[in-house]
Amino acid sequence: MSVSEKDVRHIAKLARLALTDEEIKLYGGQLGAILEYIEQLNSLDTASVPPTAHTLGMENVLRSDEPRPCVKREAIIANFPQREFDLLKVKKVIE
Amino acid sequence: MKTAFEIATAVKNGKQSAEAAVKESLSAIAGKDAKTGAFLEVYAEEALSRAREIDAKAKAGKPLGKLAGVPVATKDNILLEGHEFNCASKILSGYKAVYTATVLNKLQSEDAIIIGRTNMDEFAMGSSCENSAIKPTRNPANTDYVPGGSSGGSAAAVAAGMVPIALGSDTGGSIRQPASFCGVTGLKPTYGRVSRYGLVAFASSLDQIGPFASDARDCALALSALAGHDAQDSTSATEAVPDYLSGIKGGVKGMKIGLPKECFGEGLEAETGSLVQAAAKKLQALGAELVDISLPHTKYAVAVYYILASSEASSNLARFDGMRYGPGAKDAAGLTEAFEKARGAGFGPEVKRRIMLGTYALSSGYYDAYYAKAQKVRTLIKRDFDDAFKTVDLILTPTSPTPAFKFGEKMSDPLAMYLSDIYTIPCNLAGITGMSVPCGRTAAGLPVGLQLQSRAFGEPALFKAAFALEKAGALMEADAR
Repeated sequence: MSVSEKDVRHIAKLARLALTDEEIKLYGGQLGAILEYIEQLNSLDTASVPPTAHTLGMENVLRSDEPRPCVKREAIIANFPQREFDLLKVKKVIE
Repeated sequence: MKTAFEIATAVKNGKQSAEAAVKESLSAIAGKDAKTGAFLEVYAEEALSRAREIDAKAKAGKPLGKLAGVPVATKDNILLEGHEFNCASKILSGYKAVYTATVLNKLQSEDAIIIGRTNMDEFAMGSSCENSAIKPTRNPANTDYVPGGSSGGSAAAVAAGMVPIALGSDTGGSIRQPASFCGVTGLKPTYGRVSRYGLVAFASSLDQIGPFASDARDCALALSALAGHDAQDSTSATEAVPDYLSGIKGGVKGMKIGLPKECFGEGLEAETGSLVQAAAKKLQALGAELVDISLPHTKYAVAVYYILASSEASSNLARFDGMRYGPGAKDAAGLTEAFEKARGAGFGPEVKRRIMLGTYALSSGYYDAYYAKAQKVRTLIKRDFDDAFKTVDLILTPTSPTPAFKFGEKMSDPLAMYLSDIYTIPCNLAGITGMSVPCGRTAAGLPVGLQLQSRAFGEPALFKAAFALEKAGALMEADAR
């Protein structure tokens, strides 16, 4: 089993990953092998089994709405790859 | 190297200075790490100055914390403000942490000293440290072999005697498997036991931070500093933190220990199996009752894990877009291309493979077949444990099916690499706690670990059994001499 080149390119687009042609080919085969291994789950009847998303079983964790100090602004700005003054510079969003 | 317990006791009694403890650790790193490659960065000056502060505090007669003067290494995915952190990935190259993880704050408030950050598989995805984009780490027992992963740097740092305690993170075995490969003790606490604020998220329903140490007592001591609810992590548990040290010498008399038949069959390397069985017999000789049990859904755990962990990772890693930190993409035509180029060049092969798998599993039309199905089978795996713990106190298995393997041996076959976590993954899926304890070496001299698992918040029982096993091992070695 192998995932088609068309599907691999579609998934890469959804995941925002620029892949080389070699990577497309490699992942097509490897994802196919992993998905084939995963197929074994279909031998289990889970029609009446509820899903588990989280093992602690907690819900609705709320915190009080109080002002508190936040992360240092200067430290965040220092990490920007491209900036103008204290502003983050990105590519044009609207063509 | 002294244990953390011995260092903290000596520093508190004025028998040793924190500065001397740090110097000893730094000189071990200087002497051994060129060969091992456990550390990505060592904070020598900062550690020494912090040690002098602790010594001044001691001199002034002020009370010291439970890890007074203990040098601790941290993994490259746990943040310390002002320091660079990369998750061993090119996409985070140059990134400086803007806040400190709760676990590191907690260690420092107990007067531990953060001495450096250790190598790992990129974004904690891998079982050998070979996926680090920065450098390889070698197994201190034999440098031709991998240290395991993903927390391989931390395991190697403790195994080589460079630090008494190191932190790791464990999503499917990333603490326990390298602990077994390197011959040290490694604990994955119960899901939610330790705050994850400041841990770079991989798979949020599975990730947990835990310690590596040279023995069970140091693991218990470390957990007593790390555990507890944190308002900054809404998934951290509110259960009270027990005294992990007080009952540790209680012994295993009357303890029921289950051996699941699914973990002692096909796929288990013979020498590993017999060392683990011999250790189980030792526990029996100490008064524990061994019980044959079954965890019937074990064989599905790896498949469930790779759907859930990859899906959660594809979502968590969407934040790494090259915009606000990291090298980014300089020559992109538009915004989408900038994302694609930054991520395509920044992530390594295994991370991309898992993002692809997770994106596929979550994509329109496939969700029910993969993600929803895996969550249902996760319920069955959890029920296996719930049923088992109705009759046993602990479950004993090998930690990994084989001892450490050689570099390159599993890199071309992702599935073979994934299967080295087959015994550790179910514990994360069920949210319970597990610990790898050394149980001997193969004829070739490679360490082997066994895994003890307990119900959620059952860490005290793990420590008790691990401590008893260590003492029995030490006695047997003394007899042999």
